[in-house]
Amino acid sequence: MNGSSIIFYLVAALTLVCAVLSVSTRHIFRAAIYLLFTLIGIAGIYFWLDYQFIAAVQIVVYVGGIVVLIIFSIFLTQQAGEKLAKQKIGRKIFSALAVFCAFALTMLQIYQHDFVETSAPHIGNTVKDIGGQMLSTGENGYALPFEVVSMLLLAAMIGCIVIALRSKPEPK
Amino acid sequence: MNIEPGLYHLLFISGALFFIGVYGFLTRRNLITILMSIELILNSVNINFIAFNKYLWPHKMDGLFFTIFIIAIAAAEAAVAIAIIINLYRSHKSIDVESAEELKY
Repeated sequence: MNGSSIIFYLVAALTLVCAVLSVSTRHIFRAAIYLLFTLIGIAGIYFWLDYQFIAAVQIVVYVGGIVVLIIFSIFLTQQAGEKLAKQKIGRKIFSALAVFCAFALTMLQIYQHDFVETSAPHIGNTVKDIGGQMLSTGENGYALPFEVVSMLLLAAMIGCIVIALRSKPEPK
Repeated sequence: MNIEPGLYHLLFISGALFFIGVYGFLTRRNLITILMSIELILNSVNINFIAFNKYLWPHKMDGLFFTIFIIAIAAAEAAVAIAIIINLYRSHKSIDVESAEELKY
């Protein structure tokens, strides 16, 4: 058990504990803050795996973007200090049981499966390699998905503006 | 099961996060908390892709690109969902899923 493993287990425990608290707390604002720490923990896992670029994207997009958006929408739609309505205990127990059974089944399948690791040499995943392959049009290039995602983001932006636009009352 | 973290540990984390998200999705009745559960589910999928890329196909970068595209799509999805939630709040004064049931009958 060296330092690297200890860091991994600490980050994993932080992620999972904050995720459980995020779905179980009855204060919606606390749920958003626990979600924030879960996402930071996931970014820590990416750092541990040496994928620095993905970790940076995770922090910028999720922690800096989506969580802030969620917190603003909580401010717009919730009364301060109000707790969420209590759930029926039967529904909670049924959900927990179903989720636990599915999780146990999935883990059983994964641990029985023997993954074959390749001996091929590692390639670097620096920003230069990522950018080169992302915009290459040749084999293994991701230029077409890149353009499709840019169109999707444009469509999502216009859609948000149209949906959230306050419709003016009709002039008489 | 050895003590050194490896592929199986990462798959355990991503599976646990996925099912925590599913639990939140099933038990919550507030639209914003349902959106948070969806974010947890999408993040667990990202961890899966990165783990397989790191341990099983280290000579390729396909898992990394899938993760980048999933993050982009998740951002777009969250923005549209929050626009819909705010619009629903304007018309119903509530973002509980029980209050939006006109299409049910």
